[in-house]
Amino acid sequence: MSKRKITVALTGLNNTDNPGPGVPVIRGIRESGEFDARILGLAYESLEPAIYMDRVVDKTYLVPYPSDGTDVLINRLLEIHKKDPIDVLIPNFDAELYAFMRSEKILEKAGISTFLPTLEQFEERHKSNLPDFGKKYGVKVPFSKALTRADEIEDLKKDFEYPLMVKGKFYDAYLAYNTEQVRMHYNKITAKWGLPVIVQEFIKGTEVNVVALGDGKGNTIGAVPMRKQYITEQGKAWAGITLDDKKLLDLTDKVISGMKWRGGMELEIVKSFDNELNIIEINPRIPAWVYLAVGAGQNLPEALLKLALGEEVKPYTGYEVGKMFIRYSNDLITDVKEFEKLSTQGEL
Amino acid sequence: MEKKQFERPYIKKLQAGMPSKFGMKSRVEPLTHIEDNGVGDLIKEFGSPLFVISENTIRDTYKKALHAFSIRYPKVQFAWSYKTNYLDAVCRVFHQEGSWAEVVSGFEYDKALGNGVKGSQIIFNGPDKTDEDLKKAVENDSLIHIDHFDEMYSILALSEKSGKKPKVAIRVNMDTGVYPMWDRFGFNYENGDAWDAINRMMINEKLELVGLHSHIGTYMMSTNSYKVAAGKLADLAHGIEKKYGVHIKYIDIGGGFASKNTLKGAYYPGTDTTPSFGEYAEAISSGILNSELDPRNLPTLILETGRALIDDAGWLLGTVIANKRLSSGNRATIVDVGVNLMFTSFWYEHEIFPAAPVSEHLEETTLYGPLCMNIDVLREAIAFPLLKKGDHFVIRRVGAYNMTQWMQFITLRPNVVLLDTEGKPHVIRKKETMQNITEQEVLPGHLT
Amino acid sequence: MQIKKNIAVSETGFVFDPTSGESYSINSEGQEIMVLLKDGKTAEEISETMCAEYEIDKAGFEKYFYDFIGMLRQFQLIETED
Repeated sequence: MSKRKITVALTGLNNTDNPGPGVPVIRGIRESGEFDARILGLAYESLEPAIYMDRVVDKTYLVPYPSDGTDVLINRLLEIHKKDPIDVLIPNFDAELYAFMRSEKILEKAGISTFLPTLEQFEERHKSNLPDFGKKYGVKVPFSKALTRADEIEDLKKDFEYPLMVKGKFYDAYLAYNTEQVRMHYNKITAKWGLPVIVQEFIKGTEVNVVALGDGKGNTIGAVPMRKQYITEQGKAWAGITLDDKKLLDLTDKVISGMKWRGGMELEIVKSFDNELNIIEINPRIPAWVYLAVGAGQNLPEALLKLALGEEVKPYTGYEVGKMFIRYSNDLITDVKEFEKLSTQGEL
Repeated sequence: MEKKQFERPYIKKLQAGMPSKFGMKSRVEPLTHIEDNGVGDLIKEFGSPLFVISENTIRDTYKKALHAFSIRYPKVQFAWSYKTNYLDAVCRVFHQEGSWAEVVSGFEYDKALGNGVKGSQIIFNGPDKTDEDLKKAVENDSLIHIDHFDEMYSILALSEKSGKKPKVAIRVNMDTGVYPMWDRFGFNYENGDAWDAINRMMINEKLELVGLHSHIGTYMMSTNSYKVAAGKLADLAHGIEKKYGVHIKYIDIGGGFASKNTLKGAYYPGTDTTPSFGEYAEAISSGILNSELDPRNLPTLILETGRALIDDAGWLLGTVIANKRLSSGNRATIVDVGVNLMFTSFWYEHEIFPAAPVSEHLEETTLYGPLCMNIDVLREAIAFPLLKKGDHFVIRRVGAYNMTQWMQFITLRPNVVLLDTEGKPHVIRKKETMQNITEQEVLPGHLT
Repeated sequence: MQIKKNIAVSETGFVFDPTSGESYSINSEGQEIMVLLKDGKTAEEISETMCAEYEIDKAGFEKYFYDFIGMLRQFQLIETED
């Protein structure tokens, strides 16, 4: 069977020591038995590694940050689409999802397919809404509170025991042992991600993660649980292993069927010492370690592409347990000419 | 051969890093005209800086808001929030559109009367109403929103003298999930104070309780809080229905709708996150309609929306005074508009546009106002085109609060013009003169 | 005033300084001035060329020119005279 030709645009090309999911998603698509994909990388910065990596992206375009406004970002995307038509768009950053979800209809009309959660789903799973989320779907979540003013920090000791987690709206999470540390993290986070800053009860236990894909009708198309074996200073997985844990998969199904989740997601779960599963975060997109799922038998990026194209996708029923990933860094060699071209023309 | 437009030469270090909130900036489009009036022409005629208000934008925005509420709720009444912008011309446009007046001082009250608003269509809010103010309001059948019991007793005493039965409403504060909670105004819902106040007014034959009022905060991005507030007021109204068989005449949900300006510290621009009138209307009307209130006798819904109705209709035009480089090598641009005119620059990251086409080159710039004061900063960091001395620029969305909270500080306040529905400019507030300021001053004899 | 010899100024508005490894972006006015400086033109000659080409008078140009030179000096793109 000859492979279908398709053009996929995606973000998250920052394959650094705190990697975006772009490259692993591309690898999944490249390994697909069904698609022969042309990959357009959408980069926010001219040094995102995947721009310069061999056989990763076919072409890169610089795009403005989502904080510049939805219109600006979408206009740039449509401008790219005009000269280099895009079939499917896969956003890989939390911060940009909002803009793309809001513009789903515009994109669809232009002929760009996406497969994204709805705005409601996106809001519901927000860190600051986690307590309500837990109540609604009957899952355990840590107690949390959203801070919008620095003077609320002093009062935290009324509701929380230290240590506690301080998290940004989209990214960044720090453990704080006292008011002073909360204040420090609060300032750091607001400068980068704005308000609110979320404070979360710290649950002791083992952190496990699940990458999953929902079809928007309540079915789990695929799900692979993983435990991080080695964590970088930034708290990112450096190595991980797939787990055989029915409880984790059941919890994933419960969340996906309850919310009728549409698109990729990552559940961050802490298994406490008495074996209770606490959901500490729900990321509304595929995580950077998704290639482990591909390696374990579930090509979730390929399945996501098919869902975006409106095709029926049969759920994956299994995966290989005990598959490991070990991340490595590599120095690629390029020329300043390439950097110049991207910096001055906005494409490469 | 025609000469090319000159832009000042510029060089910028390319700093590559990972995503942060200051990324590749897109080109800034110029804002050359305000409704067919060239920015340069306006400045030439009326001076710089210059506030410009569009009558068309006010009317269009008002109609949009009214439509959003009217299709969802049967009885809707807007009351123009004077403190947001009380230039008479502006107020009169709102009154022509059908808006009542919402005032918070004797000064504003007299302004509303002066603008021809009927006494019975003036809502008198706020914690500071003097006995004299209250007397006038009682005589004119205005709607007095009671903030505390002291005020209730003042009104009772006055009504005895005048023989009129004052029409009052009470202001209720409540927990709507919004922090900080505004509990300094009115009576609290959760602890029963509001219900207590209602009962004391209902059994008092000298007062007529006609409305319930809340105002949950300012720049509210969450529509759900309005739903909660409307629901709680409706519950109080239902309590009155049940206990006294009286249908309360109106529920006043106050103001606080956000405009599309971007608050400092926000990640997304306001244009992306600010709820539409439709979304606010949906939340508020569903809060009332889903309550136990008798659907055949629904109260009128009063809205005191200020900012969201006027912010878009105002522009501030200005001129570059100088460019300089700071010791860090960063660029600073000094302009003739400072915080004296732009009070809102303390909490917004205002959008600022060049008034003439510019190249795609932008420089990370600090915009300073003209005041000889360190706090006079319009924008701490803005990716700004390479404007030269004498170039004009336009600040967008300045219609709310700036023309009431502005200061006569160091320099005088400029002209304000209104573009009428044909686009023709009219001065609606003349620029101040030395005499305006000094005529208020009195020199003691020994200093003359 | 002399731009360092090894500095490459491309027509696309990209400047690469191989001594420091820094890259810069410039607008077309800046690019033209840098090329003229590289060609060894004097401030007077540059001013004449630019004023003939652009809508600017000599006094106006001079102000921006020296400001620009100040930036080049700050970025150490100009040969220091020994």
